[in-house]
Amino acid sequence: MIWDNNFAVSIFPILLQGLWVTVQITLLGTLLAAVLGLVFAVLRRLAIPVLSQVVSFLVVFVRGTPLLVQAYVAFFVLPAYGVSFNALTTGIVVIGVNYSAYMAEVYRSGIQGVPKGQWEAATALSLPGVRTWGRIILPQAIRTVVPMLGNYLIQMFKDSAVLSAITVVELMATAQAIGSSSFRYIEPLTLAALLFLAVSYPASRLVNRLERRYAPQH
Amino acid sequence: MRPSTEPQAVVTGAPVTTEPIIRFQNVSKNWGTNQVLKNLNFEVAPGEKVSIIGPSGSGKTTILRILMTLETPSEGKVIVGGDTLWDVALGQKVRETKQLRETRRKIGMVFQQFNLFPHMTALENIIEAPIHVLGMNKAEARERAAELLNLVGLGKHMNHTPPQMSGGQQQRVAIARALAMRPKVLLFDEPTSALDPELIGEVLSVIRNLAHTTDMTMLMVTHEMRFAEEISDRVVMFDNGAAVESGPPAQIFKDPQQERTRNFLRAVLQH
Repeated sequence: MIWDNNFAVSIFPILLQGLWVTVQITLLGTLLAAVLGLVFAVLRRLAIPVLSQVVSFLVVFVRGTPLLVQAYVAFFVLPAYGVSFNALTTGIVVIGVNYSAYMAEVYRSGIQGVPKGQWEAATALSLPGVRTWGRIILPQAIRTVVPMLGNYLIQMFKDSAVLSAITVVELMATAQAIGSSSFRYIEPLTLAALLFLAVSYPASRLVNRLERRYAPQH
Repeated sequence: MRPSTEPQAVVTGAPVTTEPIIRFQNVSKNWGTNQVLKNLNFEVAPGEKVSIIGPSGSGKTTILRILMTLETPSEGKVIVGGDTLWDVALGQKVRETKQLRETRRKIGMVFQQFNLFPHMTALENIIEAPIHVLGMNKAEARERAAELLNLVGLGKHMNHTPPQMSGGQQQRVAIARALAMRPKVLLFDEPTSALDPELIGEVLSVIRNLAHTTDMTMLMVTHEMRFAEEISDRVVMFDNGAAVESGPPAQIFKDPQQERTRNFLRAVLQH
């Protein structure tokens, strides 16, 4: 099978559409994961009876099972129990929840990295708990973990290809569809790989720069 | 069997005519099998400036930390300004009560490591609690913060963040931050121990100024003996979880009654 330049050019716009869907999944999925992960991390740290244990179990469960299995369950099993969304929404929620479990650990390390003296100063000033978390602890904790969260964003960008298995028409699914209808795989798959790389490489350079900028201040 | 020269844990200083603002009643603190405070009875009069001296690990800092509610006592009762801060007998040990939170507001603390919020400017550090704890409006809080920064000689550093300031400047901001809450009692936990020698003077002069010009009660743990002698109404010598000796600075430094005080002072003053 020889590379066909004309064919490659002709399928490029369709692949770009797939890439755009992949980018949307990544951005929305990361947003969901970042928010949910933060909530999980704080809940675990607050050590609220039952609730904190439930969150801990959820995190262990999500981290201990494959993303593909979670996606299948959400898309093929849950509708039988009345929970049903379109493939794209399901995909974003599944990947967002999946990554939230990892991001919760990242936040946890960030929270642990805030010196004890910061908590003590907040106590000495009688700051309320919400204010201590929101203004003192989390801004410092999050600052140190921004690069790690960025790495997860890049990983999610690539992992989102898994969602092609539940019919989300992102970059990978688009490439597969072109392949199976034209019986030419080399151009769509090569272009798909290059498009992933075209986004993830500059993104990881950016994360490296963030790492230097957000080095801990203490 | 205690030898008769063994000092009692009861520490009464200069004649106290008014109700003490701080009162420790039979307070103990255990870390596992190590008892850092042993059945302490200790009182401070309103407006009194008290320095606590003694070897490290003698429980000095623990007194401050219990007052600031950073540690819970294992036994006993602590009363501040007539309100109970801690009462272990009531089981008030694990949970933060409303009473504890309200009593705590009378107290401020200056830490050895400053503990400024590094992501906030000097001004933001100072106005945070007045606005969100005392409910002061922003303009008023800023105005007062500016006054306090002037008081500690840092009026021009309002918009600097802690990493942009020297240790001495950070500690002075930390003092201003504590003052902004208008505490009745201000605690100093070795406020100059983390500073380079050339920066100690500027911090001590701010504290000296406070000691001379305010009626705030000040309780200070320090290794600066000359300074303690100069500003204190009373000096308390601590060793091994108990107050060994207490009295006016002239007496403690010139004519200590206890062997342990003499040994300690000889060790720290000869260098």
